[in-house]
Formats: sequence, structure tokens, C-alpha cells
Amino acid sequence: MYAYIVKRLLLMIPTLFGAAVLIFVLLRLVPGDPCEIRLAGTGLYADPAEIELCQKNLGLDRPQYVQFFEFVGGYFTGDLGDSMWTGRPVTYEIGLRFRLSLQVAIMATIVSVIIAIPLGTISAIKQDTWIDYVVRTFSIAGIAIPSFWLGIMIILGLLIVTQQWFGTPWMPPIEYVSPFEDPIANLSQLIWPAIATGYRYSAVATRMTRSAMLEVLREDYIRTARAKGLLEKLIINRHALKNAMLPVVTIISIEFAFLIGGLVVTEQVFNLNGLGKLFVDSVGAQDFNMTQQLAMLVVLIFILTNFAVDLFYAWLDPRIRYG
Amino acid sequence: MKRFSPRIAIAMGAVLAFGLGVVGPASAAETPQKGGILNFVVGSKIPSYDGHRETTFGVIHPIAPFYSVLIRVNPENPQSATDFVCDLCEGKVPTATEGGTKFTFKIRKGVKFHDGTPLTAADIKATFDKIIFPPDGIPSARKAFFKSVASVSAPSKYTVVFKLQFPSGAFVPALADPYHWVYSKKDLDEHGYKWHQKNINGSGPFIFVEHQPGSFVQGKRNPNYHHKGQPYLDGYKAISASKMAVRLQAIRGGRAAIEFRGFPPKARDDLVKALGDKITVQESDWNCALQMTPNHKRKPFDDPRVRRALSLSLDRWAGSKYLSKIAIVKTVGGVVFPSHPLAATKDELQKIAGYWPDIEKSRAEAKRLLKEAGVPQMSFEFHNRGVDQPYKVVGTWMIDQWRRIDLKVTQRVQPSPAFYDTLRKKKDFDVSMDFNCQSVINPIADISKFLGSAGNNYASFEDQALEEIYDKLLRSGDEATQRKLIRQYETLALNDEAHMAVTLWWYKINPHRSFVKGWKIAPSHYLNQQLDNVWLDKSLM
Repeated sequence: MYAYIVKRLLLMIPTLFGAAVLIFVLLRLVPGDPCEIRLAGTGLYADPAEIELCQKNLGLDRPQYVQFFEFVGGYFTGDLGDSMWTGRPVTYEIGLRFRLSLQVAIMATIVSVIIAIPLGTISAIKQDTWIDYVVRTFSIAGIAIPSFWLGIMIILGLLIVTQQWFGTPWMPPIEYVSPFEDPIANLSQLIWPAIATGYRYSAVATRMTRSAMLEVLREDYIRTARAKGLLEKLIINRHALKNAMLPVVTIISIEFAFLIGGLVVTEQVFNLNGLGKLFVDSVGAQDFNMTQQLAMLVVLIFILTNFAVDLFYAWLDPRIRYG
Repeated sequence: MKRFSPRIAIAMGAVLAFGLGVVGPASAAETPQKGGILNFVVGSKIPSYDGHRETTFGVIHPIAPFYSVLIRVNPENPQSATDFVCDLCEGKVPTATEGGTKFTFKIRKGVKFHDGTPLTAADIKATFDKIIFPPDGIPSARKAFFKSVASVSAPSKYTVVFKLQFPSGAFVPALADPYHWVYSKKDLDEHGYKWHQKNINGSGPFIFVEHQPGSFVQGKRNPNYHHKGQPYLDGYKAISASKMAVRLQAIRGGRAAIEFRGFPPKARDDLVKALGDKITVQESDWNCALQMTPNHKRKPFDDPRVRRALSLSLDRWAGSKYLSKIAIVKTVGGVVFPSHPLAATKDELQKIAGYWPDIEKSRAEAKRLLKEAGVPQMSFEFHNRGVDQPYKVVGTWMIDQWRRIDLKVTQRVQPSPAFYDTLRKKKDFDVSMDFNCQSVINPIADISKFLGSAGNNYASFEDQALEEIYDKLLRSGDEATQRKLIRQYETLALNDEAHMAVTLWWYKINPHRSFVKGWKIAPSHYLNQQLDNVWLDKSLM
């Protein structure tokens, strides 16, 4: 087991290096640079000498291979560089947003699990009944409706409903408050994107739970358990559900990794100052340093999540052994 | 030197206030109330805190209230293009002496920076030295505005003198630029010229409290502010919100009271419909113009007849009427901001290609010119910026206008980085959308955009005659000569050579909560943002 863990950890190095090369090259293929955007993009007078000076100050006039080695070398020196837009350290900018993205990802995953597992299980147990049809419709709707659209509808709904009921329109706060400072304000801001995103991701997990449960419920050991006269509740909870969880855990884990860095549009809709919004802003501003590090962070999160899921499998299914 | 008499300035302000349908939020009789926190939304990001190097309103809106400037556009009369008042200087903005080449400013006594350091003439000199004569490697986005300045000196503790190489009508408006925040000489000497990129120490109406990057900037009232009795607010919070829908909903949902840049007409109507008299709308012409830039290096756009035909087919007068209902454009104008005394009158405009009153005659002439140039019914690609308001809306309208003279035009829309890369480096476009968006209305500086030699002109042409007219204009001191030269310049640039074309000028619409008082809309989203005269009417909250 330990040999397996070490091997997997070592394999991460070439994967991350490959990702770094790809990210660096792809970013440089996109036309434009941060100085053009910063000085010419506002329509004000743009002095070409100032643009040149800005490019020099940001090191954009240096050969690309020098810029690449500086980018990769940062991982060994611990200096990941500064944002080309704000001049602040990339680690500071990312750290500031990470807590919000992490909290939304956790809350959305909880919403997703709370919806998906009971509904998927009920749907499988009550296969081809009206309950099954309702759950399947609900989950297909979740896949079909983009979470940002749902987010917009939630905000508009809140504005309209509160105005009609209380006379004053209300919408969730648009600035982040730490849950340790004011948990109510924090929750009143983040519960809505968590619901919008959680519902979307629960749809996939619901369908996966249903399929996995249907498969498990047809297994011999379930038939044996029933023949032994075990309570149906016990069969479902102890024998079926745990064994059906393998693919569901994979889906939920990958979704969790995606949520941390991938809530690009939902963060814009709810004005959340998270990693997704930072990603969009950095790409729009051609902030190469920031975009590179954010992309690498997402790669790292995916790699680590996959690794954790593989280890989790062994706990869920004792038959799985890594050597 | 003041280029226009106060009488003209007042008259112009009045014309703007009534003629443009500006709905003022507060009458003169209202007494400002003290207290309260103003929450407003900002649709752009903050790059650094250093106004001298930045060009985005994302810096002005949240950071300007921390600083003072030497002179500024009159916050009580921001519609006037010529009404400048002292902020850190005393009395009236001085007129030039020594043949228009010397400006002597008396500096206010008793002003302090937020760290307690007294503000003197040495700070003003150090600030303008940094802006006009920055050392190597120090960025200064607007130093080109001060080509006429020979030196800045501080002969006494409270006197600053600007010496010009030649008289220039562009100097005073350039001095009033809202980015020219006064820094402490002590900070510059002790911490260097880059310190202000990440630190704030001004003498403005508000003191910096906190900046949470990507989220908000917070300021509190400066009790030692030099304009007695101001500011009225206890503080403010500038909340970052990049999506227009969020900014709009924030005002509707009470999370913010105002957004200073502007909304499209539909957003204004939605807000008014939802909140009725709880919303006040201020509107104004905007010192931004959308332009059409043909690439002179590409055939057939090297031919003035073709460029002229493109302009002749645009029905600006009708376009203004219809586009103003859906986009942030409205006013028909030439090279100069439409309401400025140096702008073309309607009669003068109607003599320029593309502004003729009879559009059928204009389009017939366009077809004739294209036939004569050997390219009737030609096809080309129109390059545009991937932003709805107003670029894509106006771009779609232009394509329809060109269709009416049998041109087949396809639109290539690119996101901002790629758009500028095409304009500035690749130059692989036929005809492109472009825009000129300035802060203080400074026609002599603003119209430099039409020069082939200008750094922000992407049409790739050389026109010595145009350069010569501009050079004379730059050195002319009196308004009549300036006006005459600008007409020559405009006729050459837009009519005879049709190097570029102005489509429509932008129109600024600011719907805000009615309890926000004192703020008056300016013809630019960069102006009047110190917030010292803003107050909250608690009876309306």
C-alpha cells in the first residue's frame, strides 16, 4: 500500500510538468498582453512608450523560455510570482478567494449528496412507479438547467417575491463575510449558489445512485439476504447502499474538484469573489502569471482528488487492494 | 489662462442641464444631511492604487475619494466643460501670465495628508514632477498631455509655478484630470515612486480603511478635510461587481445605492418600473465616441472615395433616434464633444460627408463613389469588440446601413485582448470599430486621436496637412483661432480624406436610489468622483 502511494505521488511530477508546459504554451498562443489591455483598453490616450515600459516592467520582453523557467522554477523556490494586474503575490490573491470557493464547493456538495442519495435510492427501490418517474424528471431537469440560469432565477425570484410580500425587494449580499465573523450573513449569501450548483450536480449523482442501486439490488447476495428474512431497511442500508456507492463517490469527488475552480459563471451571477471569478478576470486581463497558477491549482486539485478517491475505494470495498 | 469666459461656461452648463433632460437629484434649496454610509457598485477591477499610472475607472471610483487634486471640474457644475475650480489651490484657477506661458498657483494652508503630514507646494511639485517628468522605468499614463510644460517649481512653501514652452489651450483641462492625485513628497522620497501602487496616503475627503481585493474598498470620513463641512458621508463602500446584471440587481435589491459608470436605457426603464420614485435618473452626453477605422494599408480602403462612401451611408440622425432606445449612444457629433463651444454646430456638421440631412442623396453619392472607385457591391469584414454595449449593437446597425448601399459586410467579433492585438499589432482588419473615451473634456488633446501619428490611431495613414493643422492648434491661445483650426481639421479628417468616421457619441444614464443626493452627473464616468458633496437623505431611505 505504501509503495503504491509513493508511486502515485511520484507520478504526479511528470503530470504536473506536462500540464505546466501545456498551460504556458496555450496562454501565449492567445493574442494580446496585459499592458495592451491595461493602457489601451479603456479608450483613453495610450502612449506606445508607456505600453512598452509596462511590458518591460512585467518581464514580457524577455525570451519565452526564460519566462517558462521562471514559472516552473517558482515551484522550487516557493515564489510563484506576482499578479501582472495587481502586482500582489499570486499566492495572496488565490488564498483570499480559496476559502470562499472551498466553502461553496463543500456546501454545494452537501446539497448534492442530500438530494442525490435518498432520491436515487428511492427511485431504484420504486422502479417504474410514479415516484421513480418524478425523481427521474427532477434529475433530468437538473441536468438540463444550467446552474447560472437557475441562479439568475433565484435572484429575480427573491427580488420579486420579497417586494410583493414585504414591500422592499431583497437580494442576497454581494460581498463576502467570513462564517466566523457573521455566520448568518455568510449563509444568506452562500446558500443560494450552493442550492443552484448543488441541484445541478445532484442530478448526475441521483441518476448514478439509481443505476448503481438497481444493479446491486439484482445481485445474489441481496437475494440471499432477503431469503434469510432480513428487514428490507437493513438490506438497503447495510448491504445495497454501501456497495452501490463506489461510482457515486467517484462522481461526487470529481464534481467537488470541479466546483472549487470551476464555478466560473455561477460566481459571476452571485458576485462571489471566488477562484472562478478570479479565473475569468485573469483571462480577461491577460494576466499570464495568475492564469497559469490558477490552471495549475485546478490540475493539482483534480490529481489529488483522484488519488484520494482511489484510496477511498479500498475503504469502501475491502476486496480492493493496491500493491 | 482660462480659454472661455465664465459666462459661456455658465450658459453652456444651463443648456446642458435643460437641453439634455438632466434630472438633478437635489435642488439648491435642499440642506445636506450628515452621516450614513454610501454603498456603490463598480464594474471594473482595481489594478494598482497609483492613479498616475492607471487608466481605468476601476481605480477612480473606489480610490479617488482618498485623494485631493490641484484643480478639478466644478463638482457643483460638472456638466460644464470649462468650469474648473481649485481643490488644493486657493481662490480661482489662475489665468496665465507672461504671454500665456506661466501659471502661478497659491496652495491652501492647513491641509494635511491622512498620516498627519502637512501638505505644501513641495508635494504638488513632487507630484507633477512624477507625472510630467517621471524617472526612467516609472510609468505615467498621461505625461503626453503635458508636452507644453517646461518646468514645475515651488518658489515658496505655498506657491507652485508651471512654466510652459508655448501657450496651450490644453494645459488647464489636462491639469484638472481626475487621475492627478497629489502625493506626499515625504512618501515619494522615503518609499520611492512605486509605493503608491500598493499604499494610500492622500488628503482627500475619505481615509482608507480596507481593501478586500476583488470584493470591496472601504473608506471613512476625513474629519480634517480642507473643504469645511464636507464630506457629509460617514464613509463609503465601493463593491466590486463585474456583471451589469448584478450591479442592476444590487441597486434594486438595496445592496448598493448607485453605480457611477452608467446603464443602458432598458436597465434604467426596468429599475424605474420596479422602484418608481425610489429611483432618480440622471442623464448626460458622454465624452466617448464610437468610431469607424478603415485600414488604409488594405485595398480598397486606401482610396478616400471608398472611405467616404462608408461614412456617407450611415444615417446618423435616424440612428440616434432609434439606437438611443436600446444602447448607450445618442448624440450626433463630429470630432469634438458635441456640447463644447469648439464643437461643430448642426449646420457645420451637415456639410460633412455622412451628416447630410438627406440620407437618400447621401447614399446615392456613396454608390457613385464606390462605382467610380471600381468596387460597387464590394464585400469586406468588419472587426468589432466582443462587448454588447454599445459596440455590438452599433456594429450591427452599421452593417445594416452598409447593406443599403449594396455592400456585403460580415462581422468578426473578438474579446478585448484579441481585439486590441488585431488593432495594434496584427493590423489584419479591413474596417474596425474603435472608440475614443476621455475624462476631462479637452478637445485639443482629445482630437489627437485622428492623427495618423497618434499612438491610439489604428488606421495606418500619414497626413502631413492634418499634422500641421494640429500643430498650429496646439500652440494657439485664442478661442476663435482654435475653432477655425478645428473646423479645418475636422473637414480634412472626416470629409475630404475620411480617414476615420465618428458614428455616434455615447450617452450616460445613471439611475440611482433617490436618497443619494449631491452627486451630479458629469459628461464622463471619470469625473466628479471624490464624493465630498454626496449625502444621503434619510427621509427617503
